[in-house]
Amino acid sequence: MESIQAILNNPYVFAALMALAPLLWILPYALFAIWFERKVSAHMQDRLGPMRTGGWHGWSQSIADLVKLLLKEDLIPAKSKHGLFMLAPYVVFVGSYAAYAVIPFTSAYVGSEINVGIFYFVAVSSLVVVGILMGAWSSNNKWSLFGAMRSAAQIVSYEIPGTLAILAVVMVVGSLSLQDIVRAQEGWFWNWFVFGKFPFLFIAFLIYFLCSLAEVNRTPFDIPEAESELVAGYHTEYSGMRFAMFYLAEYANMFAVSAVAVTLFFGGWQSPFGTFLSGPAWGVFWFLSKGMGFIFLQMWLRWTLPRLRVDQLMYVNWKVLMPFAFVNIIFVGLWMMIAQ
Amino acid sequence: MSKQKLTAAGGTEPRSALLQALLDKDTMLEFDDPLGSDMVLNMGPQHPATHGVLRLLIRLDGETVVRAIPDVGYLHRGYEKLAESCSYHEFIPHTDRLDYLSPISNNVAYVLAVEKLLGIEAPPRAQYIRVIGAELSRLASHLVWFGSMAMDVGALTLLLWTFRERERIQDIWDILTGVRFTTSFARIGGLAQDMSDESAQMTKEFIDQLPKNLDECESLLNKNRIFIGRCDGIGILSKEDAIAMSASGPVLRGSGVARDIRRDEPYLVYPELDFDVITFDGCDSLSRYYVRLNEMRESIKIIRQALEKMPKGPVSAQEPKRVLPKKERIYTKMEELIHDFMLINFGINPPVGEVYHAIESSKGELGFYIISDGRGHPWRLKIRSPSFMNIQALPIMLKGGMISDIVAIIGSIDPVMGEADK
Repeated sequence: MESIQAILNNPYVFAALMALAPLLWILPYALFAIWFERKVSAHMQDRLGPMRTGGWHGWSQSIADLVKLLLKEDLIPAKSKHGLFMLAPYVVFVGSYAAYAVIPFTSAYVGSEINVGIFYFVAVSSLVVVGILMGAWSSNNKWSLFGAMRSAAQIVSYEIPGTLAILAVVMVVGSLSLQDIVRAQEGWFWNWFVFGKFPFLFIAFLIYFLCSLAEVNRTPFDIPEAESELVAGYHTEYSGMRFAMFYLAEYANMFAVSAVAVTLFFGGWQSPFGTFLSGPAWGVFWFLSKGMGFIFLQMWLRWTLPRLRVDQLMYVNWKVLMPFAFVNIIFVGLWMMIAQ
Repeated sequence: MSKQKLTAAGGTEPRSALLQALLDKDTMLEFDDPLGSDMVLNMGPQHPATHGVLRLLIRLDGETVVRAIPDVGYLHRGYEKLAESCSYHEFIPHTDRLDYLSPISNNVAYVLAVEKLLGIEAPPRAQYIRVIGAELSRLASHLVWFGSMAMDVGALTLLLWTFRERERIQDIWDILTGVRFTTSFARIGGLAQDMSDESAQMTKEFIDQLPKNLDECESLLNKNRIFIGRCDGIGILSKEDAIAMSASGPVLRGSGVARDIRRDEPYLVYPELDFDVITFDGCDSLSRYYVRLNEMRESIKIIRQALEKMPKGPVSAQEPKRVLPKKERIYTKMEELIHDFMLINFGINPPVGEVYHAIESSKGELGFYIISDGRGHPWRLKIRSPSFMNIQALPIMLKGGMISDIVAIIGSIDPVMGEADK
């Protein structure tokens, strides 16, 4: 017992364990979300979706899919750059997984309590672009390359208004730490920033949400993997487990941006009803259910909206979101000056 | 290093004629320009948005299309040649496989051409049922187009909604013709069988409900700024170009030319039915989208009138030497047995001559040109397929567009490759 205690007290072991903790959530979540997305899309389209695998409403369909992907041959195109091709999916996943380090699942747990948490999140989630470009370039496929170029242009552009929207929250709270931001929204749900500092932070939320959709390549901003145009975009040449890593990264990323939206604007792990049902354990529950709400919203949009064209995408970013984000920042600044 | 021109496979293999055409026009494409953004992209025949096996060779500058060349023939089955060794009756099932989304209009188009050659006419009831069948297949085809057009621009849900409606048309066909998909319904001088009360009732219920369901489907797209933005002003095909490229059907009417064979060169009982010819003069993908949407409503109108006006009576002409007799009569009557033997073994032997007859199918002008030398099978049969002609206009529409526009433009032409490649 003491020896286990001693091992746990070793800071490196402890850090490694803490780093692996989000996997406990991501893996079951990804399996659930894939099944859930099939069900959401099916019911929106007058279908039932998977019904056979595993019994109740085909609950084990994504497990079967995972096994299939694991067993598939790992195809590597002969004319690809093998090293980069094999590495790319993991770089993408690392990018989205590293973001989990600063996400406060509850008041008691955050992977790494650093005082520049949100800044770190914005920085590290850009790593995804590197992986996408790497994978597409090394596939030696024109369609992949188009997908990657679109993806890079899109993610880099949409980060700017997204970060400006985040900045508005940081200006209100006065801290870059995500835990501080959550604590600043204490109390009933009308204290959440999305409602509490109306309308400035509500506008910031809308801008951030749109930008987060673009960052995770979801409809209406899914042009990097537009299946009717670019076949499968940047992961056209991937199959088997490497393809699954892209998929896992996409779902991990979806939850990461949702988690940040929840943390910044929807009170994070705070209960909506003041001190009712609050505490570290309930915090996890509230945080995850709010996050899943956003996941559902993303799915809903995906199965409803058409896709923008690449020039329209840039128009929305630079001519609509950007001015609004800037004006919003200025107003938040003025308001903070007057309020103090 | 001397400037080296790009060839199909790095300069070792001879260029294909198509690629040559792509490279020769405008400017030359050069290899050793590191800042150049020109490239040649092969789209299809295996591509999710090319509606079957259409292949496009596209020359791009960045994402902008400089030049595009369609390449057809991947679904070529030699139907025109095949017809020369089929008797006139035997060719009817092959017409199902032309535009497989609207089989009955193909059957009707073919038998009308043969009837014109023979100089006979189907009885009135058969003509009304043919109109109903042809308009149902227009609805079925447009419903599939509606869903796949939406899917091309990224709205995935609509496809399943329109397929739900189309499924009901196929249920009607199941009762009406006995088959859900490849109907082979029309016969020379009439129909394979009469329309039962059950199928008439099903058709009536279907067209009563369809407008409401169409409203529901349209509500997803018609007021959606993303969809309008994706389709507005792309794939411009001017009135003059549309005529010069012999476009027909919704593609032509989307360019503001009010030509509809149902009205301009009437056939069957269309003159007795009241309907409008829909035109929009935007000349872009959005106009073609609206033309087809409104045409569906017109088809509903036509079917409703046809169901009301349909008289009672026989569905086969009294032409024993031309029209196949009913099976039960062959087994019991001597005359019919002899006629059946002669028709099957020697054919209908139309008079020597040639004939062209076209109908307005869901894609445009579907015509059959038949040359007869007096024997039991055509000496030559030429199919004027609207999809093939409409694809001709594709290079004009695509020029200057972006990659994303390509799919929205192909979607608005609505080609069916079974028909284009014959």
